[in-house]
Amino acid sequence: MTGMAHPVLDVRTVVKTYGAGETAVRALRGLSLVVERGQYVAIMGSSGSGKSTLMNILGCLDVPTSGRYLLDGVDVSRLSDRQLALVRNRRIGFVFQAFNLIPRTTALANVELPLAYAGMKGGERRRRAAAALAVVGLADRAHHEPNELSGGQQQRVAVARALVTAPALVLADEPTGNLDTQSTADMLAVLDRLNRSGRTIVLITHEPDVAAHASRLIRLVDGRIVQDVRQAVPI
Amino acid sequence: MNIFETIRFAIRGVTANKLRSSLTVLGMLIGVAAVILLVAVGNGSGKAVQARIAQLGTTTLTISSGGRFGGGNNNTTNTQNTSLTIDLVPALQDKVNAPHVKSVSPVVSSSQTTAYAGTSHTINSFVGTYPSYLGASNYSVANGSGFTQQDLTQGRKVVVIGQTVATDLFGTVNPIDQQITVNGMLFTVVGVLANKDSSGFNDPNDVALAPITAVQQSLTGYGSLSQILVEATSASTVSAAQSEVTAILNDKLKVTNVSNEPFTVRSASQLLSTSQSTAQTFTVLLGAVAGISLLVGGIGITNIMLVTVTERTREIGIRKALGAPKRTVLTQFLVEATVLSVIGGLLGVVAAVIGTRFTIVGVKPVIVPTSIVLALGVSVAIGLFFGSYPASRAASLRPIEALRYE
Repeated sequence: MTGMAHPVLDVRTVVKTYGAGETAVRALRGLSLVVERGQYVAIMGSSGSGKSTLMNILGCLDVPTSGRYLLDGVDVSRLSDRQLALVRNRRIGFVFQAFNLIPRTTALANVELPLAYAGMKGGERRRRAAAALAVVGLADRAHHEPNELSGGQQQRVAVARALVTAPALVLADEPTGNLDTQSTADMLAVLDRLNRSGRTIVLITHEPDVAAHASRLIRLVDGRIVQDVRQAVPI
Repeated sequence: MNIFETIRFAIRGVTANKLRSSLTVLGMLIGVAAVILLVAVGNGSGKAVQARIAQLGTTTLTISSGGRFGGGNNNTTNTQNTSLTIDLVPALQDKVNAPHVKSVSPVVSSSQTTAYAGTSHTINSFVGTYPSYLGASNYSVANGSGFTQQDLTQGRKVVVIGQTVATDLFGTVNPIDQQITVNGMLFTVVGVLANKDSSGFNDPNDVALAPITAVQQSLTGYGSLSQILVEATSASTVSAAQSEVTAILNDKLKVTNVSNEPFTVRSASQLLSTSQSTAQTFTVLLGAVAGISLLVGGIGITNIMLVTVTERTREIGIRKALGAPKRTVLTQFLVEATVLSVIGGLLGVVAAVIGTRFTIVGVKPVIVPTSIVLALGVSVAIGLFFGSYPASRAASLRPIEALRYE
């Protein structure tokens, strides 16, 4: 399996409808998208444009109403619950806008979690989790619980958790939405480094400054792609 | 991810929120302890009633004159003298006709005024009888001795007095070998009976026992007996002894109409079985109360388990998004529910066991082992079900649905 043969993400005329009948909301209206390995994609759009819905489908957290979604050439809709759990664990790192750390659990334990579900032994797990925390600059906060960390620090723990399994694809749903300027800069630096090391990154954002870090910019309006441009990455 | 990891996750989940965990355990504890304690109190009071009745003597039969229906002399067509007399005693002692009778004690009982050194006391029941009466009616001698067969045959005026009589007449003086006046006759005290717990309205310690020969000669005359006390060979032969005694009396008293015998034979075991069924009713009643408290406790446990897990639906969503298989999430929550339920249940048992060491409203509780099993089993089952069912519901959701849950 080569990268050229299978794009990382291959979304084919995906439709997602919430509810039924007259009150049905069509969040995605036949959207198609192909993302090649190593790309850094920023998705922009107003609220209600379907960008979060798209992200959830890309992250295998939700399933499309119709259409096909191939991840590394594999049709996700044909996978069992167990196989989907495996895909989420091994292939995808997800960063949520709301951080979504497990409460009353230390930063280190939070980062260890995906490795634990992957079946890794305790010692190796702690070593890797500590390394991932060091990458995001939080080595000294390893034994703090989420409520003892600032928003920026929590989001960096979430990023460490997303990259600890070394996934090929990192999805970030408005990762800087709740952060101040300095934390946003730190966060983007981490994502830039990840992209330079070959990871595919898909990022949702409202802010043009954040989108400027990406090599490809996609705009969504009413569940359809209205703009898809390659752009120069500022050094 | 192996099972030990999952268990470690569960333990971490329990210890992560100490307040929530301890409230769950407390709910469980109260539910279990309440049921066990209530049943123990019911059982204890039943046991207390039985013990009091057993003190009366379970192997004795009391023969008194008078038919089952009304008084003794209402049968005007009966010209036979049907009163109980001492002449009946040898027939009842016959080992051939009455093999299950151990002893026969005729009883004449009357109220007598006694006096000693200027103090007087009216004894409620001054009993003239045989020496076997002591054993048959569960009396024992605490001080001195009982009267003997020889005292009986020689008609000696000796008497064994109860605790109440001893205290009232003698105070601190040792009553043994002292002479008391009974209705003008002198009787020598040879023994004092051991204290007997009250089982009814009459004070069983306000009593004096003397040889029937002496009592009849000096106090009551040779009339009919108050009753005859028959002791069966064992508790299991009481009913056999009862029918033997009835047959002998029917024969001796020439009773033609057995449906209207001029005497009544009652056994203490009949009284005991009545009281046992009463106690059983009591236990059933308390069982019902316990059942309701188990239900209420169960609903409490259900409630806290549902809240605990529903509150964590979001956490389940996060875990699934990070790649936790459904089974792993389920196992974790099942182990958490097990740990909380079992700890709570066992603490409840401990609390109940400690609680039963105290006397509650005058009743010494006695634990019924099955109530422990029942209370613990039901509570743990409820805890497990309502701990794991909402978790399984949450784990079956798509991760995004669980994550959006508020």
